[in-house]
Amino acid sequence: MLARWIDNQVWLGAAQAGVTMVAALLVVWLTGRLKLGLKKEILISLGRGVGQIVLVGFLLTVIFSADLWIAVPVILVMIVAGSVMTIRRVRNIPHALRISFIGISAGAGLVITVMTLMGVIEQELTSIIPIGSMMVYGAMNTNALMMERFRSEVTSHVGQIEAGLALGASPEQVIRPYSRRAISAALTPNINGLRSLGIVWIPGAMAGMVLSGQNPAYAGFYQFVVSGSIFVTAGITVLISIVLLRSQVFSQAEQLLLRSEADN
Amino acid sequence: MTRQKHHNAFISVEGLTYAIDGQPILSDICFEVQVGERVAVFGPSGAGKSTLIRLINRLDEPTAGMIWLNGEDYRQIPPGSLRRRLGMVMQAPNLFPGTVADNLCFGPSAHGETLTEAEIRALLSGVDLVGYENRNVSSLSGGEAQRVNLARTLANKPEALLLDEPTSALDQAAKNEVEETIKAIIKSQNMTFILVTHDRAQVERLAERVLLLEAGQLVADGSVKEVLDARSVD
Repeated sequence: MLARWIDNQVWLGAAQAGVTMVAALLVVWLTGRLKLGLKKEILISLGRGVGQIVLVGFLLTVIFSADLWIAVPVILVMIVAGSVMTIRRVRNIPHALRISFIGISAGAGLVITVMTLMGVIEQELTSIIPIGSMMVYGAMNTNALMMERFRSEVTSHVGQIEAGLALGASPEQVIRPYSRRAISAALTPNINGLRSLGIVWIPGAMAGMVLSGQNPAYAGFYQFVVSGSIFVTAGITVLISIVLLRSQVFSQAEQLLLRSEADN
Repeated sequence: MTRQKHHNAFISVEGLTYAIDGQPILSDICFEVQVGERVAVFGPSGAGKSTLIRLINRLDEPTAGMIWLNGEDYRQIPPGSLRRRLGMVMQAPNLFPGTVADNLCFGPSAHGETLTEAEIRALLSGVDLVGYENRNVSSLSGGEAQRVNLARTLANKPEALLLDEPTSALDQAAKNEVEETIKAIIKSQNMTFILVTHDRAQVERLAERVLLLEAGQLVADGSVKEVLDARSVD
């Protein structure tokens, strides 16, 4: 209906967002009536959500008109932001920012580069940046999950880890079961996502392609490219991060450095 | 103290100091332990007793001071090798999930050795747990778990045992069992040991020499009778 009245695509988007905002405000009003205490939080989230994504939209309009090389600094900024957000979610891990940055850069950088050079991701900013952002976002979440789980596994098994060291085992040997659990826990949501792909949900990339009139079968294949690449990125990221993490939680003399805050 | 003197003792501790955030836990500790000596580190809670044997096992790094093992700077010995030579038994058994045999095999397998079934049986016989090799560790009592812990440490064929309050978390019956096991090991293997305890009666039962620690300082070092008679520490 809106499209019949509005010709300009940007104004059409604004009108569609406006309708969505009205629906969201209705929910705010209802939660206010139920006295859930969420009114302020929802209003702030709605405001931030619309502001940030519209700003990014305008920014991308400018970026998409630039040369292809602009993708490198844009993705780099995303990796830095992702690394900073990761360390906000993990506590008490030395050099967590550096570990996250190296892990996400290696994972996302490698996959984006290889996929772009092979032509799996089209060599256009309109492909590289959105798909790259999904990979960085996926790597960030998986890495944060892995780091937090690793910290929690280590700090809740200090006795067994030190018993293993006292028996002459190397740090790699004593930490192995906890590293495995951390990686497994972090990758599980990705694996579940791949398993339920298309059955439980149609992810954003495929939904967007179908909405814009692309062949749904091609959209399906492409969605697998995106989801599979996100999984590969996340896998490489956590495998690199765990190696770096292991080197941070033991001293040169093979002493356990990471303990719970209560032990310090 | 000359280098030659370090060669004479099995363990030489020299000016050992440990502090956390500037707070001293141990200050300038000096002593020597000869091969076959049975030494108790005795003192009230918080005296730094456990810290002392953690430093000897190199689970923590001293702020200052040195430890020599048979005259060799212990920092020159790879940590895994040092820890196998000085077998540490902690207060909590901290057994690994799995069977008793899995636990006994852990230390040797960490450096590429395999325990034979006969060796496993002999280790279990030494701690009076014959036939326990296939028992899951989750089914063991506290005393049994601590005896498996002892056998697990002995599986590495250590030159000395560092026992950190090995019976303090156990009830009286289990405590007696573990003490009897320790006595049997000492008798059969004539092994050097350093026992950390705050139990005066245990010192009298197991040790021949006492290092008395108070507030991170070594305040007395002598025979059990000399030190305990001179101090009214419980």
